[in-house]
Amino acid sequence: MSDMQDYKSSLANADSRKFETFSYLPSMDADQIRTQIEFIVSKGWNPSIEHTEPENASGSYWYMWKLPMFGETDVDAILAECEACHQAHPKNHVRLLGLDNYAQCAGASMVIYRGETV
Amino acid sequence: MAKKYDAGVKEYRETYWMPEYTPLDTDILACFKVTPQPGVPREEVAAAVAAESSTGTWTTVWTDLLTDLDHYKGRAYAIEDVPGDDTCFYAFVAYPIDLFEEGSVVNVMTSLVGNVFGFKALRALRLEDIRFPIAYVMTCNGPPQGIQVERDMLNKYGRPLLGCTIKPKLGLSAKNYGRACYEGLRGGLDFTKDDENVNSQPFMRWKHRFDFVMEAIQKAEAETGERKGHYLNVTAPTSDEMMKRAEYAKEIGAPIIMHDYITGGWSANTQLAQWCQDNGMLLHIHRAMHAVLDRNPHHGIHFRVLTKILRLSGGDHLHSGTVVGKLEGDRDATLGWIDIMRDSFVKEDRSRGIFFDQDWGSMPGVLPVASGGIHVWHMPALVNIFGDDSVLQFGGGTLGHPWGNAAGAAANRVAVEACVEARNQGRELEKEGKDILTNAAASSPELKAAMETWKEIKFEFDTVDKLDVSHK
Repeated sequence: MSDMQDYKSSLANADSRKFETFSYLPSMDADQIRTQIEFIVSKGWNPSIEHTEPENASGSYWYMWKLPMFGETDVDAILAECEACHQAHPKNHVRLLGLDNYAQCAGASMVIYRGETV
Repeated sequence: MAKKYDAGVKEYRETYWMPEYTPLDTDILACFKVTPQPGVPREEVAAAVAAESSTGTWTTVWTDLLTDLDHYKGRAYAIEDVPGDDTCFYAFVAYPIDLFEEGSVVNVMTSLVGNVFGFKALRALRLEDIRFPIAYVMTCNGPPQGIQVERDMLNKYGRPLLGCTIKPKLGLSAKNYGRACYEGLRGGLDFTKDDENVNSQPFMRWKHRFDFVMEAIQKAEAETGERKGHYLNVTAPTSDEMMKRAEYAKEIGAPIIMHDYITGGWSANTQLAQWCQDNGMLLHIHRAMHAVLDRNPHHGIHFRVLTKILRLSGGDHLHSGTVVGKLEGDRDATLGWIDIMRDSFVKEDRSRGIFFDQDWGSMPGVLPVASGGIHVWHMPALVNIFGDDSVLQFGGGTLGHPWGNAAGAAANRVAVEACVEARNQGRELEKEGKDILTNAAASSPELKAAMETWKEIKFEFDTVDKLDVSHK
């Protein structure tokens, strides 16, 4: 059995700040991002990209990067937009959503580029 | 032509057995599993069930002729063998919608499972399923918020939600209790939960609990940057007291409260659900006492019926069983009532124990809650069985972590995210579960320790109440 460890989390420690789904896993590499985009496309959801300053991450509304990519199924095109958003806002969290227009709810939402938490 | 009054006892089947009847789209339909006393013909017993659960009594009365009983009576319209069991049969009964008060599961159930369950001509009786016509569904208020609204309120997408019931069930002071909540929430849970029998006992009055738990939620939210809640149990001795506690929960900013809908009663539950809808509160529903009603395969009320009653009465979460944990629950039957909670249309499917098509129209869905004897090793199976629209609730499986609640919570959070990520990649969770968890544990010492702690625990007892199709 492993030795007991302290749980390192506090108000003062910015690393404690999370940002929902997949934020407890290591950040995704390019291949992992690609497979998640493939999943969103396979579900028939509309890909959408949003970003925010890390200090404002807990709000409902992040900044939309252009408009949701309605009907887009080209994984490379979606990846290119994610990359463009990240280039334009390198310090921000960038999240990818799959918008399910039947449920009127995001079916998937994940931060794919991580800014520096505060 | 008008009928004449003829006093005396008539056989039920003369009036209530109508095999030629085609049910109307507006009828409430019921399927009963009937175990008759020896020697009583099936048609007579089925007719008796229809009569005693609707307009009939044991003898003819003159006042029958003041109304049009042919309009109001329940009709036994079909009989079927129960696969693999000769002691009983299915009786199908159609009830005209005019028999029931609008928006009242209390009224419907008082008829359908009232006197008839004590009727002497029956050895046993079980209500297997009800078809509520859309015309009746539309009269009910239903879940206060529904699944999509809850996701938007709490900012949780694309994964099951994670909860934890605080233990020990009874005996903690309010401050110690809040500590247990805080530790779980800061470790990555979305919710902690009052156990069902936590109401307002001398060791922890409700108001102290609400205050300390709210402080725990607020600190954990500030620390993690995520939205969190605790199911504050407002189940109380009177509905006035229940409402008082609900109002206070709202006043201090709690997002979700909790009620026990069977012991607390359906009237109180419907009242609370409507209040939650009006006040933007989520409502978690526990089901204490359900196994008294639903576990015996020959007598009582099947859980799929209790599920429909809750969706109509109102609740955003309902405990569903886990399939894999410590509590009873056949896999196919559980999948059947999970559909009943969440879907807008559920097809008849005898392989899942569903006897009727059920149209819910635009009524919101209920999140199934898997709770009871589950731990990280169950996570791949749970994500596969329940999918994203569920709450996975680990009590002992969080608090029993050797390093404490925060580490236990983090272990479960890492495990659920790893399973969802793998599922999205097209991997088969139940086959590859061990690899997926082991890989995730490489960057999470908390998960690694949890996997070492619970490796050997299993709950492998046969279910008592199996689907009838599996008896063969």
